[in-house]
Amino acid sequence: MTGQRFAELHLDHVRRAFGDTVALQGMDLTIKGGEFVALLGPSGCGKSTALNCLAGLLPLTGGRITLDGKRIDDLPPEKRGFGMVFQNYALFPHMSVRRNIGFGLSMRKTAKAELNRRVDEAVRLVQLEEHQHKFPAQLSGGQQQRVAIARAIVLEPPLVLMDEPLSNLDAALRLEMRTEIRRLHQSLGLTTVYVTHDQEEALALADRLVVLRLGEVQQVGSPEEVYAHPVNRYVAGFMGYRNMIPVSVSAQDDDQATVRTEDGIELVGVKREELSDKAVAAVRPEDFTVVSEAGDNTLEATVEIVEYHGREQAVEARLKNGEQLHVRTNSRLAPGDTIRLKVPTERVLVFT
Amino acid sequence: MTAVTDRASLKHRLAEKGVDRVLWLLVPGAVFVVLLFVYPFLYGLQLSFQPKGGGSPFQNYVTFFQDEYLAETVWITLRLGLPAALFNVLASIPIAFRMRGRFRGKRALTTLLVVPITLGTVLTAEGLLAFFGPTGWFNRIWMALGADEPAKLTHNYWGVLFSLIITGFPFAFLLTLSYLSGIDPTLEQAAATLGASRRQRFRTITMPLLAPGLAVTFCLSFVLAFSVFPSAVMVGNPAGETHVMSIAAYETALRDNDFAMGSAIAMLMALVMLIVIGVVLVWRTTLYRGATGGKG
Ligand SMILES: Nc1ncnc2c1ncn2[C@@H]1O[C@H](COP(=O)(O)OP(=O)(O)OP(=O)(O)O)[C@@H](O)[C@H]1O
Ligand SMILES: [Mg+2]
Repeated sequence: MTGQRFAELHLDHVRRAFGDTVALQGMDLTIKGGEFVALLGPSGCGKSTALNCLAGLLPLTGGRITLDGKRIDDLPPEKRGFGMVFQNYALFPHMSVRRNIGFGLSMRKTAKAELNRRVDEAVRLVQLEEHQHKFPAQLSGGQQQRVAIARAIVLEPPLVLMDEPLSNLDAALRLEMRTEIRRLHQSLGLTTVYVTHDQEEALALADRLVVLRLGEVQQVGSPEEVYAHPVNRYVAGFMGYRNMIPVSVSAQDDDQATVRTEDGIELVGVKREELSDKAVAAVRPEDFTVVSEAGDNTLEATVEIVEYHGREQAVEARLKNGEQLHVRTNSRLAPGDTIRLKVPTERVLVFT
Repeated sequence: MTAVTDRASLKHRLAEKGVDRVLWLLVPGAVFVVLLFVYPFLYGLQLSFQPKGGGSPFQNYVTFFQDEYLAETVWITLRLGLPAALFNVLASIPIAFRMRGRFRGKRALTTLLVVPITLGTVLTAEGLLAFFGPTGWFNRIWMALGADEPAKLTHNYWGVLFSLIITGFPFAFLLTLSYLSGIDPTLEQAAATLGASRRQRFRTITMPLLAPGLAVTFCLSFVLAFSVFPSAVMVGNPAGETHVMSIAAYETALRDNDFAMGSAIAMLMALVMLIVIGVVLVWRTTLYRGATGGKG
């Protein structure tokens, strides 16, 4: 069982509006056969809209979608034949697990023997042998999710679309199913578009990330690229840069900027965009080191809240001007301590 | 000390079985049902076993089936009630299907479809007489199209059937619409991505999930139509073709002053309805009747 490979799926200025709200504005994206692409973004940024447009469940209000040069955005979903895993699974409640999985095949009038063989194979693939005669209501969330995946991939679709398929599961099962999805993707040679608002999930699964905000693509790149080199403050915020310290720019050259916090402390960081005089310095909580002496790139703050997280502590501290900082550190701190936090130049990203 | 905990735990145990103060909320309803339904029903039942002329307690029932004019009412009423209910349920499926989801003018259209409820049977009957009568609009057009004589559509079977359809449709439609809206639309979307055409989706997803609701809708529509009275008099032929059970019961009880026999007819009416409903509901148990909200 392998997906029918295509060479290239091309989204060309795909646009979708609901009345006055534009849910997706001019999305350009090329998906290559065999790729695992994650659409990542906060709630309401247009991820589901993009996926539904791809599946054919929502007509476009502009742009075009082509599959190996053939235009497909005017085809109804049943003619596109992309597999889809819905966020609520959308299993047919009146059909057994087997009939759910075999639904697509029976719609295609597949011969009985062939249908049974392929359903057996799919059931085995998602390890549901014991549950294949049950109804969806008799399954746990994780099992339902497997049925939804099996139902979508048994047809060997050229493209599998998944809309936050793990969001209804608990943390442990989420990790397990995440590995499962990646395993299926690789072993079956699928092409997958996966929607999530969880950056960790996206980084772990995808070959390529597409970060969306308010219906606009912010950045497309490999997980490493997006994680290490976010192009703007929104992507940075999504990639774990929880501290956005307002600064004024005192000097900048091609790749570095010298900035001053409102407390008057000078920081040198990596310049990610052309800057005017107001900017933000983005720093991840885990990139701070607690030091004993003042020095370069060192902030001073007062500890407010300490959360114990096993090996490290999550600390909320406040700069003198009242700006809040999130810090992760191994040092034992207590509320009320005054601390010095050093951050290396390459770990400070300066955005407008 | 122990007395207090005992009392508390008894209260808990009862609450677990659903016995708590919320039960008091049932009291007004229960009193209502007993006074207005159970008591009159039992009174009528025992009355029907006390024939006016004396004799066997079953005499009224025997008379009913021996008297052809009376026995025939069962068939006459079924012949009106079943087609009317069936038509209303079947007609409301495509309309409710089309009216699902949001679109402009939905509220206006729903209002239009539901208005006949507010008219009442008498107004509907008068409207029918004016429209379908021998000199009504319908027949004027019919004659203008070259017919030799006006079509006879009132004071017979057809007049009553039309009236039942007009007054019964809104109920069937509203029920069907609410059952249909209870089906998760992503189920059909999922079927579409799996290659099911519009017709296949309707046949394999929508209909099986809707069928139990349609069975209930049919039962309610049937009960409404089966107890037809005013329109059978006004637009029907109450002495012949549309001599329905409720007319027979009314005439026997209030014209002939035989309350016992009237009660017997009313009991038989209830029995026929129960048989039809029973058959439909037995069929319904063979269907899937769980949640229709997707996840299950
Ligand atoms: N049917 C609709 N009618 C009007 N507006 C809609 C409709 N569907 C979506 N929208 C709007 O389009 C925008 C994008 O919606 P979308 O469902 O794609 O978000 P999302 O990224 O999937 O969010 P989430 O993570 O919460 O699922 C939202 O602002 C939403 O309000
Ligand atoms: Mg969504």
